[in-house]
Amino acid sequence: MAVCIAVIAKENYPLYIRSTPTENELKFHYMVHTSLDVVDEKISAMGKALVDQRELYLGLLYPTEDYKVYGYVTNSKVKFVMVVDSSNTALRDNEIRSMFRKLHNSYTDVMCNPFYNPGDRIQSSGSVSLSRAFDNMVTSMMIQVC
Amino acid sequence: MEGLTLSDAEQKYYSDLFSYCDIESTKKVVVNGRVLELFRAAQLPNDVVLQIMELCGATRLGYFGRSQFYIALKLVAVAQSGFPLRVESINTVKDLPLPRFVASKNEQESRHAASYSSDSENQGSYSGVIPPPPGRGQVKKGSVSHDTVQARTSADAQEPASPVVSPQQSPPTSPHTWRKHSRHPSGGNSERPLAGPGPFWSPFGEAQSGSSAGDAVWSGHSPPPPQENWVSFADTPPTSTLLTMHPASVQDQTTVRTVASATTAIEIRRQSSSYDDPWKITDEQRQYYVNQFKTIQPDLNGFIPGSAAKEFFTKSKLPILELSHIWELSDFDKDGALTLDEFCAAFHLVVARKNGYDLPEKLPESLMPKLIDLEDSADVGDQPGEVGYSGSPAEAPPSKSPSMPSLNQTWPELNQSSEQWETFSERSSSSQTLTQFDSNIAPADPDTAIVHPVPIRMTPSKIHMQEMELKRTGSDHTNPTSPLLVKPSDLSEENKINSSVKFASGNTVDGYSSSDSFTSDPEQIGSNVTRQRSHSGTSPDNTAPPPPPPRPQPSHSRSSSLDMNRTFTVTTGQQQAGVVAHPPAVPPRPQPSQAPGPAVHRPVDADGLITHTSTSPQQIPEQPNFADFSQFEVFAASNVNEEQDDEAEKHPEVLPAEKASDPANSLRVAKADSKTEEKTAASAPTNVSKGTAPLAPPPKPVRRRLKSEDELRPEVDEHTQKTGVLAAVLASQPSIPRSVGKDKKAIQASIRRNKETNTVLARLNSELQQQLKDVLEERISLEVQLEQLRPFSHL
Repeated sequence: MAVCIAVIAKENYPLYIRSTPTENELKFHYMVHTSLDVVDEKISAMGKALVDQRELYLGLLYPTEDYKVYGYVTNSKVKFVMVVDSSNTALRDNEIRSMFRKLHNSYTDVMCNPFYNPGDRIQSSGSVSLSRAFDNMVTSMMIQVC
Repeated sequence: MEGLTLSDAEQKYYSDLFSYCDIESTKKVVVNGRVLELFRAAQLPNDVVLQIMELCGATRLGYFGRSQFYIALKLVAVAQSGFPLRVESINTVKDLPLPRFVASKNEQESRHAASYSSDSENQGSYSGVIPPPPGRGQVKKGSVSHDTVQARTSADAQEPASPVVSPQQSPPTSPHTWRKHSRHPSGGNSERPLAGPGPFWSPFGEAQSGSSAGDAVWSGHSPPPPQENWVSFADTPPTSTLLTMHPASVQDQTTVRTVASATTAIEIRRQSSSYDDPWKITDEQRQYYVNQFKTIQPDLNGFIPGSAAKEFFTKSKLPILELSHIWELSDFDKDGALTLDEFCAAFHLVVARKNGYDLPEKLPESLMPKLIDLEDSADVGDQPGEVGYSGSPAEAPPSKSPSMPSLNQTWPELNQSSEQWETFSERSSSSQTLTQFDSNIAPADPDTAIVHPVPIRMTPSKIHMQEMELKRTGSDHTNPTSPLLVKPSDLSEENKINSSVKFASGNTVDGYSSSDSFTSDPEQIGSNVTRQRSHSGTSPDNTAPPPPPPRPQPSHSRSSSLDMNRTFTVTTGQQQAGVVAHPPAVPPRPQPSQAPGPAVHRPVDADGLITHTSTSPQQIPEQPNFADFSQFEVFAASNVNEEQDDEAEKHPEVLPAEKASDPANSLRVAKADSKTEEKTAASAPTNVSKGTAPLAPPPKPVRRRLKSEDELRPEVDEHTQKTGVLAAVLASQPSIPRSVGKDKKAIQASIRRNKETNTVLARLNSELQQQLKDVLEERISLEVQLEQLRPFSHL
């Protein structure tokens, strides 16, 4: 269960960012922002030869005392960043991978919608959201805070 | 409760409603569900409804008695008229119009009176308050009248004055009409024979407004767009006038696509008509959509690209957000293009939306593209679509796939007669049922196809025999495992042994012949085996020491050979001798090994354990560890059971106890140690099950022993213990073959049990293997992380 999930566009601006509400969300935003450097570093290190060979899942970007940040980048340089609680030891790498896969699938579904302009924020509010399925999926992955 | 004075009309109306709600014919208390539907139909905000319920005393009483119901109805009227809700307003508000229930009975009651005579009593089928539009043909007529009624009701809604009048007219008939309507829809909805978009246009407009009102309440799930359609249906005679009353909502639509709207209205109506399926698309609507599709894409089997669809739907002047939502709903296979069915669904949703219906959260079943293309005209709303996730750029949404089978299954039903529609709707007014089907379907056979390994060997007999032997031995000596073997028949011993051997072989982890005796599911077995192997690998010591018990029956040549291998690799020639002895039926040996086996059998890991068990008999005479096997078996069985969660009811107590200990470890250990035991256990699950009752106490001690063993032996202790146990068991084992007749039944029973155990074990095996894989992956990832973290060490 993630504490914060963010989708960053190719130009490194956030398309979608969502945190568990109880926390200081700004902190998560900052963490995601700093993790982008790590992502870039990994991309450049790995993807020199062929982008295709680069694996989409980046793994643990960097751990902090309380949280761990995982990254995933798509072939179009859209990045998914996920912050999980360090105390959540039951969360295995496999699960993180599957979460990213689900994120990726939902993201592509949003992309497929012709009414979504790439580069737009993935709106998560409103009675009829642009990405209700995406939202629901993200909600399901977030920590259920009582 | 204050005294409630009702006018005659009100009295009649209320009593009609009461009888409508009183589906249980209690005449005293109405069903809450119906009442809630009714209140929803009243189109009041939820908090108002709650307030009403509280005021009328239903919340206090917990049910709706007649008086509460009447008060509630009065309050609904009060609320609808805009007066504040007060208890005293019941009597103080004068000239209160009758409460209006959208598409609810009220309207219908007022309306139906006459027109529904043609309709059968559909009441039951309605999910919503409004009686579904009548079916085709005659139904149609009924529906039309129904529509008119609905239109009228909606008209009523719009015109406060009218309801007062209409109820008075209709109350007596309302219940009947209502019922009729409900029957109706099933058939008629889909096929409302609408003249065509054009002529319906205006009526639609009216109808829509009217029907929408009515329908809104109707399905409760999604605002039934059909309501509007209903009104349009009304184009038939009586409604026409009424329809004119509802022009408002409809007129909006005309802007962009008047024709489309008309079609939509028709569709919507159709939807509403099918009480069970408000989102069904009528034929006319569909035809209209198809024509529109052709303007964009002449090939009906082709796709409309997203951009073209975007332009087209943007013309409808709906907000982009809503359009994107519609797209999300209708692009079923998420490929960014619309097939004909998807397009029709999207169009339908657009029309519905323009008519004021809220978009559903999930695509209604009738709009879902079918997996099978059904061109049947009777199938109205369905949009058979190819559920092809082919085009989707990303992986097909996993959520869709699971739902597809359910959809597929429901489609044929849906496409069939309208009665089925009724049933369908009754079953589930929304796609939730589909998902429920999924869930129902998926777990349908947890044991059957996927995991169940096809036991080729006659494990049961062997295990059985082993169990028996163990039992016997147990009686003789203190070996707790023996009691585990309750099964007396040892004739099956051979089979059991074979099976157990097979298990062992399959499971043999360390160097034992790893031929997958499990034939059933090669992958499973293989995985199990590999898991076993890996597991056993973790405890090499364990596997080595306990040689597989000698197979008593010669028939299990394979097992024998396996045993031989095991014995060769593991133990002295004694085992071999034991193995050799198997064919000639070495009753004593298998028994002890079997004894532990059955006890243990349950564990999935039983594979390893089984092997142990199977080998254990062989080893029994030779090794002192035999006893350990039995313990292991029990332990493994318990472990497996625990992991399997369930099947272990045989040794309930064993399971919980075992569970306490580290199941994985214990299993591994157990595997290593009592592979044969496991096998026998597995094969002997049936045996064990047989002896569940008597075995109850014994397993405990055995379990404890196993537990302690597990804890102790990480790898070595077991040997000693096992040998001790084995020896004891072997010593005490009585002769195997007892009574043939008894054995046969016992064998069969044990075969069954063993098969069950096999399944359980196989599953456990696979689970454990999966765990192993996960652990390995974690390990790898940790190593990688470690690598990666080095540069970050300074952070």
